[in-house]
Amino acid sequence: MTLFQISEPGESAAPHEARLAAGIDLGTTNSLVATVKSGMATVLNDEQGRPLLPSIVRYLPDGTAQVGYEAGDWQAKDPRNTIVSVKRFMGRGVRDIAYGEALHGEMLPYEFVDAPGMARLRTCAGVKSPVEISAEILKAARARAEAHLGGELAGVVITVPAYFDDAQRQATRDAARLAGLNVFRLLNEPTAAAIAYGLDNAAEGIYAVYDLGGGTFDISILKLSRGVFEVLATGGDSALGGDDFDQRIFCWVLEEARLPPLSSEDARLIMVRVREAKEFLSRHDKAPITVKLSSGLTVDLTLDARTFATITENLVARTLRAVKKALRDAKLLPEEVKGVVMVGGSTRMPQVQRAVAGAFGRQPLNNLDPDKVVALGAAIQANLLVGNRTGEDWLLLDVIPLSLGLETMGGLTEKIIPRNAAIPAARAQEFTTFRDGQAAMSIHVVQGEREMVADCRSLARFELKGIPPMVAGAARIRVTFQVDADGLLSVRAREETAGVEAEVTVKPSYGLSDDEIAAMLKDSAAHAREDAQRRALKEAQVEAQRLIEATEAALREDVRLLAAEEIARIETAIARLQTLILGDNRREITLAMDDLAYETQEFARRRMDQGIQRALAGKRVEELARGAASAPPMPAEPSGAFAPSGLPAPSASEASASRPEKTT
Amino acid sequence: MDLTCDFFTLFRLAPRFRLDVAALAARYLELQNSVHPDRFAQAGQAERRLSMQWAARVNEAYRTLKEPLARAQYLLRLAGRDPEAASGALAEDTDFLMQQMEWREEVRQARQERSMAALRELRQRLAREVQAQYEALAARFDDEHDLAAAVGQTRRLMFQEKLRAEIDDALAFLEDAEDAENAGA
Ligand SMILES: Nc1ncnc2c1ncn2[C@@H]1O[C@H](COP(=O)(O)OP(=O)(O)OP(=O)(O)O)[C@@H](O)[C@H]1O
Ligand SMILES: [Mg+2]
Repeated sequence: MTLFQISEPGESAAPHEARLAAGIDLGTTNSLVATVKSGMATVLNDEQGRPLLPSIVRYLPDGTAQVGYEAGDWQAKDPRNTIVSVKRFMGRGVRDIAYGEALHGEMLPYEFVDAPGMARLRTCAGVKSPVEISAEILKAARARAEAHLGGELAGVVITVPAYFDDAQRQATRDAARLAGLNVFRLLNEPTAAAIAYGLDNAAEGIYAVYDLGGGTFDISILKLSRGVFEVLATGGDSALGGDDFDQRIFCWVLEEARLPPLSSEDARLIMVRVREAKEFLSRHDKAPITVKLSSGLTVDLTLDARTFATITENLVARTLRAVKKALRDAKLLPEEVKGVVMVGGSTRMPQVQRAVAGAFGRQPLNNLDPDKVVALGAAIQANLLVGNRTGEDWLLLDVIPLSLGLETMGGLTEKIIPRNAAIPAARAQEFTTFRDGQAAMSIHVVQGEREMVADCRSLARFELKGIPPMVAGAARIRVTFQVDADGLLSVRAREETAGVEAEVTVKPSYGLSDDEIAAMLKDSAAHAREDAQRRALKEAQVEAQRLIEATEAALREDVRLLAAEEIARIETAIARLQTLILGDNRREITLAMDDLAYETQEFARRRMDQGIQRALAGKRVEELARGAASAPPMPAEPSGAFAPSGLPAPSASEASASRPEKTT
Repeated sequence: MDLTCDFFTLFRLAPRFRLDVAALAARYLELQNSVHPDRFAQAGQAERRLSMQWAARVNEAYRTLKEPLARAQYLLRLAGRDPEAASGALAEDTDFLMQQMEWREEVRQARQERSMAALRELRQRLAREVQAQYEALAARFDDEHDLAAAVGQTRRLMFQEKLRAEIDDALAFLEDAEDAENAGA
């Protein structure tokens, strides 16, 4: 049982009090906020009792924004300033969007502004990036949660499609930052659903989560055992969802009614009607589509379920191909899957239900609300991460959806971390120079499965400079990829020959630089500059308080790992920080936090070590020896670890010599 | 225990080729349970960073020990005999290379003829052969302690696993193409 204590604004909660946390499902069509109340995960409704927060943002000339149903009412009247399905633009450039939605230009009434990295939209309130637009939705979600809980959120878990790449994840994190949210974790949507379903049903075995929402499709294969959710493989398409089914009907309407080119208003009006018809067809054999256009024309058609299934057949087939691929990656057969959990509003379509049943040879599980299950799972995980233990603990092991690598000579991709690798992940590979005296190496980080770099997504480019003069092939440049628990990548390169080191750390952040975000933060704090400063100070204070609490908790648990002198140093650092928090010097607070972090580094190491020793101490030695001696080797499985092709494998030195670097 | 200790020590397993997969998996969960970043979400920055590094290390160790080929390569590297670096070791093994070329030719043909049946048959044959190789490799490592022989064997398996992956890719490709046709796209 969890009890929340409400703290006055500005007053920080004492460490033993339950802290406020929420889960946010930031959907293409609908967003939801949920929290754990008295041990029960609950979706939070708006004042009118509605659980959904439509992911629609309308900008007004005065610079303010409307979000949700209120904005939705303006879809057809003010399409250019009313943005729907912004999630499909996250981390995407104008060219990606043009390509993805090429057939349906009519559907996008926006004026895109090409910007390096991510596309932006021109609205009456100025040029907006998808990150800012998403931040408006998150702010609305945050306001709803804080109104319900009566206090400030300590942090949230935000869900993202499992198939989101690094750019899209980074964009989501940036949006949260703009909305002033502390993100405990980005959680994959199907994994969130699995938590909600699994904990509720005490499920054990192999499960698949099929999540077809408004704009994205995910398939995840998980192994559920007591207290563990282990993702074995994931797949999908981050630009395939209910919107595409709408577009198919839209095209059908254009053809059947032989409509002339439409205004944005009329096009959006038809889109709205078409979606209603689609949803109607989930329960009926036929749906009327009647639209009175501004041009005076009237559309009056009837769409039957058969026709609908036919015109959307290859969309459904695309999902099934991803299902097969995920099963192959997990090295499983469909019949080994014990249950298929259906998530997302689009799984209500009968043709989807039939197709999934066919692919797995069993009826999918529909006993939970496909709209809510992701948000509920996120809330449950947020509650765990904030530290409000409910007695039950579980471990969540997730994977990255797409391989990460870098460009080598000839525009080829060299994979460093393969898709479906468990996260966090870290892997390093060595490269060398291509020319005598080469002083710099350019490193191009990409994500995707294709062999040619041009067919993968470019995440970041950076240069390692200051390589000392050497003959070609003599330098040893170690490139390290690290993926954290949010699935976010950082890359480091370092020249390692005797005595020389050069190091660069890159966080690929798509389109938005830290400076830009800072500027946006300032803008959003709007008129008063002071506001932004006060907010930054507040953030530092909260962060510092958090650090103190964490350190004190660690001391309470494990003080015996420290010598008296070490304890004294840590305590001094805490005391100093504690004093500074009361003041208003942000810089000093940050520096003191750094000091405390420094003083506790060794302590952290010892605690971690102790944890590992304890984890391993559980097993008896004889037990291990017996197991090791008697078991046969595992069935051989393909390994991507090494890839000779037809010719004898190159030696390591050959490999690095031929692997190349484009100089600058 | 520190971040650089070897994977067998980390998992408290004897450095052998034959290993108990169930024990490995159980150990993996125990380790992740104590180092995973979700366990440190509210900890200080230093601990959060350490936890990420450890969790990544445990994942890497698990991946390496779980796959027999990766495990063999790792065992050899621990013994200072990197199979990838032992170039030339196979060059003399002309019989093996000839055989590999025949295999490859068969795969190419089956792919060209779009014959899933032929590919499946090849896959099965290869699986049997690979299985036998792994059993032999286990004997080299654990019974005979003949590392030189293990290097050669491992290099052969590297080829065969690569071939197996190619067959799998070809099969996947044909399956997808078939599905796309059936969907009448
Ligand atoms: N009864 C229904 N029949 C068919 N489609 C439906 C039905 N109800 C909802 N949908 C569709 O489901 C989609 C919205 O689903 P959902 O709210 O799960 O998506 P989302 O979470 O916003 O998107 P995503 O997860 O892709 O980011 C819309 O395309 C909507 O038209
Ligand atoms: Mg969704």
